[in-house]
Amino acid sequence: MLNAAAPEGAIDSRALAKKIRIHALHMTSRGGSSHIGAVLSMADIVAVLYGGVLQVDPKDPTWPARDRFILSKGHAGAGVYAALAERGFMPVERLKTHYQDGSDLSGHVSHKGIPGVELSTGSLGHGLSVGSGMALGAKRDGAGHRVFVLLSDGECDEGSNWEAILFASHHKLDNLVAVVDYNKIQSLASVPETLALEPFADKWRAFGWAVVECNGHDHDALHATLTDVPARAGVPTVVLCHTTKGKGVSFMENTVLWHYRTAKGEEFDRALAELEAQ
Amino acid sequence: MRDAFVARLMRLAEANPRLFLITGDLGFGVLTRFEAARSAQFLNAGVAESNMTGLATGLALSGRVVFTYSIANFPTLRCLEQLRNDAAYHEANVKVVAIGGGFSYGALGMSHHATEDLAILRAIPGITVVAPGCIWEVEEATEAIATTPGVCYLRLDKSSAGRTDRPGEVFELGNIRTLREGTDVTLVATGGILGVALAAAESLAAEGIQARVLSVHTLRPFDAETVFRACRETGGLITIEEHVVDGGLGGLVAETCLEAGVVPQAFHRIGLRAGFSSIVGSQEYLRTRYGMDAEAVVTRARAMVRYGASAGATQ
Repeated sequence: MLNAAAPEGAIDSRALAKKIRIHALHMTSRGGSSHIGAVLSMADIVAVLYGGVLQVDPKDPTWPARDRFILSKGHAGAGVYAALAERGFMPVERLKTHYQDGSDLSGHVSHKGIPGVELSTGSLGHGLSVGSGMALGAKRDGAGHRVFVLLSDGECDEGSNWEAILFASHHKLDNLVAVVDYNKIQSLASVPETLALEPFADKWRAFGWAVVECNGHDHDALHATLTDVPARAGVPTVVLCHTTKGKGVSFMENTVLWHYRTAKGEEFDRALAELEAQ
Repeated sequence: MRDAFVARLMRLAEANPRLFLITGDLGFGVLTRFEAARSAQFLNAGVAESNMTGLATGLALSGRVVFTYSIANFPTLRCLEQLRNDAAYHEANVKVVAIGGGFSYGALGMSHHATEDLAILRAIPGITVVAPGCIWEVEEATEAIATTPGVCYLRLDKSSAGRTDRPGEVFELGNIRTLREGTDVTLVATGGILGVALAAAESLAAEGIQARVLSVHTLRPFDAETVFRACRETGGLITIEEHVVDGGLGGLVAETCLEAGVVPQAFHRIGLRAGFSSIVGSQEYLRTRYGMDAEAVVTRARAMVRYGASAGATQ
């Protein structure tokens, strides 16, 4: 969707989400990489952010006043590369090199040689600390930009996140927004079976954050939530996005299998047909 | 060393408002002046070194020069992946300062013995690794790393060789300093144990053995030429470090020389060989206990002068 106050260069987020999903399917299938389920899960969140929430300039990727976006769940990097390409940070053609010999488009998101990527990640539990540092720096500089960090739910097992969560509220970093792709499935089993996070919202609240819950595939709700930050003045905001892992491809939805599996042959054709029909 | 570091950092912070210091809840009574004078450039991150290092990266990527400060292994090993993936991979201006190198906190036990840090930090691409041996080197290195791009590691020690600078001497990161000339044997030291090397050289001189003493305050970048010259001009090399013998200064010298085909006449590494140091005691006591005091250096140097290459063997 396009908002009346959308920044210059904003694009329709639903169309962008569709492109991200299709690109990611091609990229992961061509390279034989994992994590298509994780990309499909967050595609709408990333599309809404890059579609019009983030104040960024593809012509000047290091513009000092830009909003910072960190993909802390780096294994879904294909989705960010696709969004950046569609926003004009790099040629769309370049996505074909993803996961290929000699490419710098690694399976886990990397900043080296890729304009628009703020932070390379891949080991979980790093993004929120770095994002907190960026937010603190902006505060101390009196700068107005915001820092968005997208985390997975399984990633919240990492203790380093909770160090950052303590820190951000203590320092009143209301320019920091954590977005959790809460699809309730991690690597080997569901979140409740692995390490239960619930009552998840209460945990964030207890740490002093403003918590907003949202359907992570509803573009109107996502746009309204992500533009209305901080949700409460003086404290950091977390948006718990309830999502479906593998969203958009019926046989990938809500399965652990598609965290790792690569769509090939007939599976690829079916997945592509479903995504193109949306 | 610690006080010299803080004093110099204060001056640097006054001159450069983009300089920032984060402590991991340590430095009682030491950082107080810094915090009082430069509160906008100071942060206590709490007992959370992983977050501290991530924060430092985020601040550095936003245009600051960020020092992180803690003791022993906390600002390095505890948050090693943040140092590697966040700070180093992004070439962020993060300067990691660990006080308590080696056995500085000897009586506190194994958790506080920093005896593998040099090898581990040296293995990570792009990190400048600095272990000053004297107070002057601390002051100069502090200033130098503040303007050296990327991640730097500054290992500080409770002990030091005092002040070893000569009038008008100019400090350069990556340049080995020759503190004493000699051709019989070369003592190659890094960190505060430089004082042991100088004391050993003094004793050896009394016996008529002239030891060259090199202060390797920077392990990376490494001044190979000065070491090659010592290989060619002296009867053998003894490396001295308050660190395990694996992968630190001794390993660095050995691999650099062998690869270049410049082989010393004799070679021995003085360092920790006993595995984890479960015995506690003062820094001085532990050096003696683990065979890295002046007497151990003298014994090894004497044997090297008398018996040549075979004196380098550990048995």
